[in-house]
Amino acid sequence: MTLTVETAIKWLHFVNEEIQANKEYLTDLDQAIGDGDHGLNMARGFQEVSLKLNTANYNDLASLFKDVGMTLLSKVGGASGPLYGTAFMRLSMALKDKSKATQSEFSEGLQAALNGLKMRGKAQLGDKTMIDVWEPVVEFLKNHEQVTGKQLADLAKEKMEATKDIEAKKGRAAYLGKRSIGHLDPGAVSSYLLFSSLSRTFSEGEI
Amino acid sequence: MDFVSLVLISHSEEIVVGLKKLINQVQPNVAIAIAGGVDGEIGTNVFHIKEAIESVHSEKGTVVFFDLGSALLNAEMAIEMVEGNENIRIADAPLLEGAYFAAVEAGFGHSLREVVASGEAAKSFQKVPDL
Repeated sequence: MTLTVETAIKWLHFVNEEIQANKEYLTDLDQAIGDGDHGLNMARGFQEVSLKLNTANYNDLASLFKDVGMTLLSKVGGASGPLYGTAFMRLSMALKDKSKATQSEFSEGLQAALNGLKMRGKAQLGDKTMIDVWEPVVEFLKNHEQVTGKQLADLAKEKMEATKDIEAKKGRAAYLGKRSIGHLDPGAVSSYLLFSSLSRTFSEGEI
Repeated sequence: MDFVSLVLISHSEEIVVGLKKLINQVQPNVAIAIAGGVDGEIGTNVFHIKEAIESVHSEKGTVVFFDLGSALLNAEMAIEMVEGNENIRIADAPLLEGAYFAAVEAGFGHSLREVVASGEAAKSFQKVPDL
C-alpha cells in the first residue's frame, strides 16, 4: 500500500459520505449515553473538510492532514473536535514533507495520532471510547505487512461492536456508570466509519 | 501593580458574559477574558480560547477556568498553541466560585500560584453553614 495525496483525499471524502449518511444514527447513539451532539458536530466538521479538499491544492500529505486537523478543530464542537483535530495534527507531523507514505510510514503516523488521542482524552483501552477501535486497528496495521481492506474493516467493526459491553470510564457517559453498558460508544462508531472508509479506499486489493 | 489575569471558558456565551460582569463588579482591576459558545451555539472552540488567553496574558501569569469536560480538552490545546505559555495554569475548580475567589486573590497582586490555589479552594468551600 502507498498512501498518496490523491488516495488520502479520496479517503476523507468517503469519511464525509459515511458521516453524513450516519448523522442521525450517531446522534441517537450519543443521546443515549452522551450529550447528543456527536452526529451534528461530526457532520458539520467533515462537511467543511470535504469542501476544503475540493478547493485547496496539496503537494504533500502533511499539509493536507494539517488542514483537516485545523478544520475539525474549528468546526467540530464538543470533545470530538479537539480529539479528531489532535489525531490529524499528529498524523500530519509524523508525515512531515512526505508526498506519499508506505504502509509502515502511515502506520507509524496513525500510531502518533493514537498517542495524541490518548494524551488529549486521558483514555486507555477498555474505557469505552474511540481508543477501543483505534488501538487494535493501529496494532494490526503495524504488525501485518499485507492487510486487505476487508480485514481492516472487519476488525474495526468487531472492536466497535465490543464497546457495547463495556462500562464507560470517560466523558459524559461515565456519569451513567453501569447504565452505559448495552450502548455502543458514539466515538468508537465514528472511528469505525473512519477506518471502514480507509478500507473502502483500498478495496481494490491489499493495503 | 501587576495582576494575574483570568480567562473564563464556558459552553454557553451567556454564562461567561454574566460571570465576567459579576466579577468585575467586585474586582475591576483584574484583566478577564472570556470564551463562550461556538458561533452562538453551545460548545467551545480552541481558537476562541487561544485568542482570549492572548488578549490578557502577561508575565505575571494567567489562570484559566472552565465549565465542563470537553472545554478542558480545548483549553489544554489552546495553551499549547500560545507562545510563552509557561505561566498559564488551568484551575481544577467550579467555574463560578473558583473564578470569583481567584479574582479577589489576584486583585491583591498575589502570585500565579496563590491565585490558582485560591480558585481551587472553591472546590471545598462550604456555602451553607452547619447548623
